[in-house]
Amino acid sequence: MLEAGTRRWQARLMLGLFLMPAVLWLVSLIILPHLDLAILSFRERVAPREYRASLEQYRTFFAEPLYWHIFVRTALMSAIATLLTLLIAFPIAWTIAKLLRGRASSLLFVVCLIPFWVSETVRTLGWMILLRESGVLPSLLVKLGITDVPIELLYRDSTILVGLVYTSLLFMVVPLVGSLESLDNALIEAAYDLGASGWSVLRKIVIPHAAPGITAGCIVVFMMTLGNYLTPTLLGGKNSQWFTEQIYTQFITRFNWEQGAAFGFLLLLLSTSMVWVGLRLTGQRFGEVMRRS
Amino acid sequence: MSTPDLEARSLVKRFGAYTAVDTLSFSVARGSFFSILGPSGCGKTTLLRMIAGFIAPDEGDILIGGNSMADVAPNRRPVNMVFQQLALFPMMSVGENVAFGLARRGVARAERVKKSAEMLERVGLGGAGHKAVDELSGGQRQRVAIARSLVLEPTLLLLDEPLGALDLKLREHMKIELKQLQAAFGTTFVYITHDQSEALVLSDHVGVMNKGRFEQLGTPQELYYSPATPFVAGFVGSNNKIAGRAKSVQGGIVELESAEGWSIHAQAHGAIAAGAAVEAFVRPEVASLGRTSSELPAGHPQYAATVESLLFDGANSAVLVREQKSRFEFRIALPQTGRFADLKVGEALQFGFDPARAVCFPVAGSPSA
Repeated sequence: MLEAGTRRWQARLMLGLFLMPAVLWLVSLIILPHLDLAILSFRERVAPREYRASLEQYRTFFAEPLYWHIFVRTALMSAIATLLTLLIAFPIAWTIAKLLRGRASSLLFVVCLIPFWVSETVRTLGWMILLRESGVLPSLLVKLGITDVPIELLYRDSTILVGLVYTSLLFMVVPLVGSLESLDNALIEAAYDLGASGWSVLRKIVIPHAAPGITAGCIVVFMMTLGNYLTPTLLGGKNSQWFTEQIYTQFITRFNWEQGAAFGFLLLLLSTSMVWVGLRLTGQRFGEVMRRS
Repeated sequence: MSTPDLEARSLVKRFGAYTAVDTLSFSVARGSFFSILGPSGCGKTTLLRMIAGFIAPDEGDILIGGNSMADVAPNRRPVNMVFQQLALFPMMSVGENVAFGLARRGVARAERVKKSAEMLERVGLGGAGHKAVDELSGGQRQRVAIARSLVLEPTLLLLDEPLGALDLKLREHMKIELKQLQAAFGTTFVYITHDQSEALVLSDHVGVMNKGRFEQLGTPQELYYSPATPFVAGFVGSNNKIAGRAKSVQGGIVELESAEGWSIHAQAHGAIAAGAAVEAFVRPEVASLGRTSSELPAGHPQYAATVESLLFDGANSAVLVREQKSRFEFRIALPQTGRFADLKVGEALQFGFDPARAVCFPVAGSPSA
């Protein structure tokens, strides 16, 4: 009796030790800072070094149109970027998973991966070199006679989208390849054999099968895009109006940590609720989706 | 004669230097059960996939119901296929699986539900429409796969070794069920398999395929009793193969002497000259067994032998004997009378067979062939 009890204790201790790094990481780097931010966001400075609990920070967000405009814009742009990434990544993933074999398939995968060997800053600066007024693409357009004078291709919404899609592509391709590879080719042939057109094979067989992968990719890309700071700021300049920029401004420029913390929490709330809505709309379960990704 | 449901005309398919299907022509009569039997790699799957339309032939044409299928996509052919692993759609219920093809044809929802329920009823799965595919047993899935195809009333149903994934007992059961289904629906079935017993039990006609060609096309009885080539004799049913040289040929009966020095008589198939390399095949049930020579039918050559091993398998029991002089190993089916129930290993026996029921072929490539 006693021995069995001791052994169970030992097993629990071992399990605890194994989980310790993960638990430490979660508590010290994620939960504690967020608790601190939560407390910050619910207080208001009334005098130097004098604070009181209040909802003032959140009230400011809704009272000031600029803030929630940028908030909504960030959400919409992220959703569009996610959708575009899905549309571009799907054919790539299909090619890797179903059309190519062996070396060719791995090669295409590596091509998708290569941009990530370079840091995000350098990658984005590369885009700037290509797109700025005196850059490669505008002068090429002039040479080809498409435009008379070099035009500024930076600082547009479409430029931000291009940058975001480029940055996110791999994170969509990976879960898609996984879920498409597990699709038995015989199912596609069987559907085709039973009279289905290419479109209905995609709609009835491929997409339902790949749904967890699609959802997983969309969640990851949406969250990354929503929280991206560098790409919108560099490619969109002052016009980017990205919500992370507002958070940065509050913390760093205005030194208004209370307001920044409230914004941070609003962004967290936004991404969580968008993921929840997405899962509900597609009838997916979070556990299943995360297992596939 | 009415138009055959399936006709292949000089069909050729090459993969690089390898010819998978080599100038194949055949036709399958309406409402019949046709099997293509061959070892793996003989080209039978390629042939089936060409009929279904997944692969285009390099030469020749396929006619289904009298219409050429060149340039007709798989989803437009009056052909449906039961896949080797069945390929039921796991994302749909059993009923939705059966209704899938109807929906693609634009059949109204109410009609679809009614037809798929009727079809499930006909294959003995009435009321299973709402079930998930993985709730069904292997045999039930098989029936769903067939129902899913037959509900579209195809001219031709192709079956790609659908029993391969089942265990032995279920396979035996499904064999009978398949035959009954085919008889009930009257649809033309084209069935491919490497299992000769499936082909023999199920089919009206069988094409025995080897290296991209049909070695023989005939009824199961013809294949079994009068094989046209050594390959068919060796592949269909079990057979004793005796290779050697023809010592003499008289009135269509070859006297063969094996490399081990055993001399037998067999019916010649094809031109055989004395001295040519030949192969003879004797079915285990053709040979008769006796403890003394007087027990054997008179008039046939007799050989002395000892029992090497007993292969008890109920009705298919056999005994392996060694011919005394040449030590040649020969398989003989045990009669069902129980006369040899007490046979012991090492026992001395007599056996013999009717030379007219043993077949002898010239070996391909020998000078006299």
